[in-house]
Amino acid sequence: MSNIIGSISASHIPAIGGAIAKGLQHDEYWKPFFDGFPPARAWLNARKPDIVVVVYNDHGLNFFLDKMPTFAIGAAPVYTSEDEGWGIPTVAPVPGAPDLSWAIIEQVVADEFDVTTCQEMLVDHACTVPLQLLWPEGWESIRIVPIAINTVQHPLPSPKRCLAFGQSIGKAIRAFGPELNVLVVSTGGLSHQLEGERAGFINPEFDDLCLNALINKPELLSKYSSHEIVELAGSQGAEILNWIAGRGIVGGEAREVLRNYHIPISNTASALQVLEAV
Amino acid sequence: MSGPKIPGTPVFTGAYAQKGYALNKMCYSLNSAENRAAFKADEDAYCAKYGLNVEQREAIRSRIVAKLIEAGGNVYYLAKFAGIFGLNVQDLGAQQTGVSVDEFKAKLKSYAVHNDAVNAGRLSNV
Repeated sequence: MSNIIGSISASHIPAIGGAIAKGLQHDEYWKPFFDGFPPARAWLNARKPDIVVVVYNDHGLNFFLDKMPTFAIGAAPVYTSEDEGWGIPTVAPVPGAPDLSWAIIEQVVADEFDVTTCQEMLVDHACTVPLQLLWPEGWESIRIVPIAINTVQHPLPSPKRCLAFGQSIGKAIRAFGPELNVLVVSTGGLSHQLEGERAGFINPEFDDLCLNALINKPELLSKYSSHEIVELAGSQGAEILNWIAGRGIVGGEAREVLRNYHIPISNTASALQVLEAV
Repeated sequence: MSGPKIPGTPVFTGAYAQKGYALNKMCYSLNSAENRAAFKADEDAYCAKYGLNVEQREAIRSRIVAKLIEAGGNVYYLAKFAGIFGLNVQDLGAQQTGVSVDEFKAKLKSYAVHNDAVNAGRLSNV
């Protein structure tokens, strides 16, 4: 039976990838953001996850509008990044964990989540930037299961559905045969909006509500529709759906190990939250 | 789930996804360096290849984000188009809100007064 150690949720802003490539971690603009990560890595290194389930959203690298799954689960032996068009460097391939992928697929479909399965899947900055932040020296020690949620084309899944989806994934992990340590990494957010006359919208109060609720009251977020999430968190703040699903995977009770909320990084209220399953 | 219109916020619904399909497909193709070069070499031919309609072609020509959105563009794909010109999301935000890039950045930074309260978990009543 595998063990879920907790979750690390982090923004995945592409500019972070650019800052890493340029070595700007100690730059005045970037330091308050990057300073959250050494303690997160210390927590991580003491717990040594074998497999990382990454809940993220694709921004037009692997998925286009021709085929847009609401929930997609990677089941590949390896995941690669590629040119996304605006210049962040690609990263080393990330080993997959298809054994766990299929166990998750079996469980979630049994629980009536009709997912798309992907034996080939490019992973974009939303998956790779948090990996770079958490494993800056490289990720040879881990394997991943990437899980993509549609936050691009409406209708988006509801927070309630994402939470339940995560809970089903958590059930699969806990029943997974080998005794492995599994970490959840959920990415994106928090509040931000790139388009429209409301571009630049940030909502710290709602972000605080989400961060507080995610610790032990994630069901409080289930009362919102995805449309209300867009209104409260901004168009791209809908990425909080990834965090909600991630919290569902952890399940049970959790303890907040650390939080680092910092405005602004690019157009975004950046955040890092580490939750330890208790 | 759809809902009442959110002020200043274009919601990328199925109707927009359908309307903007050709435009977004062209922008999506710009993931490839080879395609970016082809676009730059002959913009008209490249747009024609992807079947952009008159509104979309004009929106691309204008480089105006609001027009691109109205023509069905989605910002995730449009960002790849903007990348050709070295524009980032602050540039796009400034253009859409009618302020300078510095003013747009200052507006973003103005929210930083809440950082400590959120780190302490005391800005909301949850």
